[in-house]
Amino acid sequence: MATTSAFQPNARGYYGEFGGAFIPEMLYPNVEELREQYLTILADPDFQRDYQQLLRDFVGRPTPLFEAKRLSARYGTRIFLKREDLCHTGAHKVNNTVGQILLAQRLGKTRIIAETGAGQHGVATATVCALMGMECIVYMGKTDTERQRPNVERMRLLGAEVRPVTSGSQTLKDATNEAIRDWISNPVDTHYIIGSVVGPHPYPDLVARLQAIISEEIRKQLLEKVGRELPDYVVACVGGGSNAAGAFYHFLDEPSVKLIAVEAAGKGIKSGHSAATSVLGKPGIIHGSRTLLMQDEDGQITEPYSLSAGLDYPGIGPLHAFLGASGRARFISIEDEPALRAVAELSRLEGIIPALETAHALAALDQIGAGPEDIVVLNLSGRGDKDLDTYLKYAEQMH
Amino acid sequence: MNRIQQAFQKKGKDLLNIYFTAGYPTLDATVPLIQTLAAAGADLIEIGMPFSDPLADGPVIQQSSTAALANGMNMRVLFRQLQDIRQTVPDTPLLLMGYLNPVMQFGVENFCRQAAEAGVDGIILPDLPLDDYVNEYQEIFRRHNLKPVFLITPQTSEARIRRIDELTDSFLYLVSGPGTTGGQNTQSEGVQEAYFERIAAMNLRNPRLIGFGIGDKASFARACSYAEGAIIGSAFIRALEGAEDAPAAAKAFVSSVLH
Ligand SMILES: Cc1ncc(COP(=O)(O)O)c(C=O)c1O
Repeated sequence: MATTSAFQPNARGYYGEFGGAFIPEMLYPNVEELREQYLTILADPDFQRDYQQLLRDFVGRPTPLFEAKRLSARYGTRIFLKREDLCHTGAHKVNNTVGQILLAQRLGKTRIIAETGAGQHGVATATVCALMGMECIVYMGKTDTERQRPNVERMRLLGAEVRPVTSGSQTLKDATNEAIRDWISNPVDTHYIIGSVVGPHPYPDLVARLQAIISEEIRKQLLEKVGRELPDYVVACVGGGSNAAGAFYHFLDEPSVKLIAVEAAGKGIKSGHSAATSVLGKPGIIHGSRTLLMQDEDGQITEPYSLSAGLDYPGIGPLHAFLGASGRARFISIEDEPALRAVAELSRLEGIIPALETAHALAALDQIGAGPEDIVVLNLSGRGDKDLDTYLKYAEQMH
Repeated sequence: MNRIQQAFQKKGKDLLNIYFTAGYPTLDATVPLIQTLAAAGADLIEIGMPFSDPLADGPVIQQSSTAALANGMNMRVLFRQLQDIRQTVPDTPLLLMGYLNPVMQFGVENFCRQAAEAGVDGIILPDLPLDDYVNEYQEIFRRHNLKPVFLITPQTSEARIRRIDELTDSFLYLVSGPGTTGGQNTQSEGVQEAYFERIAAMNLRNPRLIGFGIGDKASFARACSYAEGAIIGSAFIRALEGAEDAPAAAKAFVSSVLH
């Protein structure tokens, strides 16, 4: 396996100038406990045995690497889809929650909190809490509880308490604030399962390591299918950046592999309704991390917009801020409309209905510059069931 | 000796520190509130710099921050409002409290220079890590004679408390229990007492003020039995909510705590 030293955080959690842990003292003991223990626990054979077993028997890994022939013909290149949509609960998010629930057990925690945007991370957290018999509270922006209704019902069915958040823009950023406040109020018994590669160190690294299974499998599967481990392109959408971090992880130190991160441009970069942090963001601090974030000139965090609840976040993980700044990854932003068209296209060409988040990555395929000889791996981060209402509304508008 | 140390030396005990959000309830309330608080008997005043995402704060301070931002408050406006404050409030220690991001965007050097010019004595930035303070901010703070104030919680280790105590000449902000500002304390009195007494027994260089969840005469008096004084924030903001005359409401509130 490739070493990834250039893209690992230093001891203080920095990727270049991005990262760190900017947290109030009330959170310090929690975060410090996690920082001191996470690498030891992750490396522990007992943890690894449980984690691998759950990934196989509960999540359904390895997920297939599927050669999408009709999509390939459409874009004139060779496209493989990494089928994270086939994970139990319908998205990559569960790779992280399975790992973190095992970690929480080993830290002696009995109560789990999480934030969620699209609801996929909330569902994935509620699922592992049910599996382990742990109390589960999920914070979700009120706007998101409305546009991702089915996921709210799924969480409740799984026994989680969903707390709608009414502060700020009532989306993912505010749900994250509320989860952090809960953690401040419950410092001893609670573990916060954060849903992406964001937040204070060690979360970005912890979540990236738990999602790294995606690229570990891609390398093996490509070798089997095409006789080489390295693709020419890896494409993934970026909200906070966890599915992209997992898909990129074992390629970070392979310069021949071009990494493409796709953000949501919402109604357009210049429209004032966008979530394209790499273009619109400046360095600053959000949720305990120094990274790129969308803010006004006074340093107030601005409200992002994307039709897709999972990409509607005003920051990106510090690893991605560094990948962008160092030129290791290329960022592309995709508006709502082309993303919706990509949903219809993949559905008809390959019989797969993708999540709206994932559709942003699909819509970038004609911009990446891949040719007929190239191998492109696109991380199909989730399935579209949760977005059916949105898709139907769009289809009606088209008629 | 700085104004903060002078205030503690002069009074010794039962110091009342009042927090309010600049630009709340109206944009121009900042200066009249400082003047009224000082005249009514507040021993220190914390001026909150509103932030869109105040992680350490409960709903009351969050809402006052949102309202202040909507009123047009920002760093430039605040420093303009404060430029002559020392002409009318010469002695009461003034502290700026807020989050790191607005300060970073304003520029730390610029922020400290303007704060010092206005006659501010101390800075509270709950999300500024100690190491970052030492490596990047301490020199600037010192040059402008600004004192940092750090928070201590029931979970803060003894070694860390000692380190914090070495890093300032102002006071230590004892967070009364787990929770954000304005929260109800869920711990038993015994647990809290043991925590306050443990800190008191450490013989630290700096005096201590207890904050979070202090809101009236009784809770203030109780806090003062364990420390040199206490900090009131959310309860004061609540007293300003919907008040026709904010300074009058402020005066009545301080009076209800002290008398
Ligand atoms: C299917 C899917 N893809 C992508 C994302 C975006 O998150 P991340 O950037 O952390 O992968 C989400 C978030 O909810 C999601 O549900």
